[in-house]
Amino acid sequence: MRILLVEDDRETASYLLKALRETGHVPDHAADGEEGAFLLDSNKYDVIVVDRMLPKKDGLTLVEETRRKGNDTPVLILSALGQVDDRVTGLRAGGDDYLAKPYAFSELLARIEVLARRRKPGEAETLLKVGDLELDRLSHLVRRGDINIPLQPREFRLLEYLMKHAGQVVTRTMLLENVWDYHFDPQTNVIDVHISRLRSKIDKGFAEPLLHTVRGAGYMVRDSVR
Amino acid sequence: MTAFGKVVRTTAFKLSAVYFVVFTVFAVVFVGWITRETDRFLTQQVRDTIDAEIGVLADEGLRGGLTGIVAAIEQRSRIPGASLFVVTDSQGRVVAGNVTEVPPALLKLSGLDPVTVPYKRLEGESGHHVAMVQVLPLPNNFRMLVGRDISEVERIRDVIGKATIGALGLLILLALLSWFFVSRRVLKRIDSVTATSRRIMAGDLSGRLEVTPAGDEFDRLAENLNTMLDRIEHLMHGLKDVSDNIAHDLKTPLTRLRTRVEATLAGPEETPAYRAALEATIDEADQLIRTFNALLMIARVEAGSPDGAIGPIDIATIAADVVEFYEPVAEEAGVALTLKHDETLPMEGSRELISQALANLLDNAIKYVKSGEGGPEAPAVAVEARRVGDDVVVSVSDNGPGIPPEERMHVLQRFVRLEKSRSQPGSGLGLSLVDAVARLHHGVVAMSDAGPGLVVTLRFPVQT
Repeated sequence: MRILLVEDDRETASYLLKALRETGHVPDHAADGEEGAFLLDSNKYDVIVVDRMLPKKDGLTLVEETRRKGNDTPVLILSALGQVDDRVTGLRAGGDDYLAKPYAFSELLARIEVLARRRKPGEAETLLKVGDLELDRLSHLVRRGDINIPLQPREFRLLEYLMKHAGQVVTRTMLLENVWDYHFDPQTNVIDVHISRLRSKIDKGFAEPLLHTVRGAGYMVRDSVR
Repeated sequence: MTAFGKVVRTTAFKLSAVYFVVFTVFAVVFVGWITRETDRFLTQQVRDTIDAEIGVLADEGLRGGLTGIVAAIEQRSRIPGASLFVVTDSQGRVVAGNVTEVPPALLKLSGLDPVTVPYKRLEGESGHHVAMVQVLPLPNNFRMLVGRDISEVERIRDVIGKATIGALGLLILLALLSWFFVSRRVLKRIDSVTATSRRIMAGDLSGRLEVTPAGDEFDRLAENLNTMLDRIEHLMHGLKDVSDNIAHDLKTPLTRLRTRVEATLAGPEETPAYRAALEATIDEADQLIRTFNALLMIARVEAGSPDGAIGPIDIATIAADVVEFYEPVAEEAGVALTLKHDETLPMEGSRELISQALANLLDNAIKYVKSGEGGPEAPAVAVEARRVGDDVVVSVSDNGPGIPPEERMHVLQRFVRLEKSRSQPGSGLGLSLVDAVARLHHGVVAMSDAGPGLVVTLRFPVQT
């Protein structure tokens, strides 16, 4: 995937570029807002990662200008300001996701992949399938093979989010934000408990587990046969 | 700046000057109007008298001719306070009358409107007087002057003039007095406010403005400023506590982190050992970030900058969501978690912050219900959200060991964790955030005994 990284801190940038290359992406780097705007005008990217505070042209302005030019490439805004109102201004400027510093690289990578994948059609799919697990978004029914799996409404939304991003790493924070709409960090690892409960419903008694834990990153729903 | 310049710049001086100018202009216009009206009225009266005299003499002239007029003049001249009369022949000699010395040129004119001239009476008091006279032509080039003394009018004019000057003087005196009063009473108080605030600015945050029993605007101002100072003092103490606690609670894990890395580097070069040390370092760093974020969050909430949108929210829904969120955690911990709430509990607030506050309370309750020795047989946490009077009240109670009464208020402060719970994980900031969130919503946090256990109650006024 072609990724544009607009980040002024050289050390962070070089570390991120190296890590992105190692995970199979093709990153370009701009050290300030103007260079970022120039690269955006001449190249096409799958995802843009922009630091909020940049020299020459501030990150939010860059995003606003990009959107005004009709460029709808997904944007992930990075910022040291992590409160909800900062997030709201970031998203209002045209960002698609917002990640507060300091972040884990696994978190950044998971979000980049989700953003890049989101562009593909299939958003309106009503039936999500992973292996023999099926989730019907209209009837709210979940079945695995021939067995109906009754889920609580929140468990349904949790599984729905995981299956929508099947094959991708989904972090705990992403689940917290997208399934519960909470932007705070619960002191206890509540998400893990919810996941293990969901796992016991969809994987228990089946030969192939579908809900996997990705160590140090998060979770992934994946058909291991494929 | 000169002493005079200083005085001129004071509000009291400006006010007094404006007061003085406005009232002087008003008084001058008023007195001027009275003078003019009185003058006109008195002049008109004199004219009327002269006209009447002329009328009488004209009648006499019709009846007895010139002789009749002269006879009538002779007679009328003798009446005390009489009008002035002069009759002259064609050569200008005085034939009859009670006036000596009038400007001779005057008698040559005739048919004019009354004019004002100096004159001297034939008999009686000496000295010049002023009169209003009218000269009329008689047959055979004789002329007649009829006039009226107007020194009365002049005297009245004089009295009004003196009254005007007196009034102006009084006004100046009043302006000076008001200036004195304003500067003595008002400026003194403003100066005391200035002096006190200067002392406070210099660092003495405990200083407060004087509130007199008068209860006037200045007292209200002083009360408000004092409330503001209380708040500032509270915030400053908070800041000091934060820096003290940062020194302790952030430096300790940082030192631990550094020591671990150092020890690993000094040890044998083994990948598994390095790996373990790095993983532990990341965990430690994450915990530090968490503490740091919590601190920033509390600071922001306490500073009153609402995090996220404040809007219409339903506490019943929020409580249900948070309870649902923690339900699996409680189940795993073997704690019975129950929720009771009214149908809807609408109020204004931040869903995010209240959710977080409730999450912190639930987290604590689930964590501590079983702490200590001889925990409850059936550990339970109950959440209740109710409308009580004008307030929305949310309580989280447990049947655990509780907190001794003397330590309850203490735990709301930042980083305070009761000694016996030091071993439990957590930043010690959870309850501080709850307190800050409650205050942002103009609410209060209270802790009481659940007998056994602890009840933490959040009380939000619905009308904010």
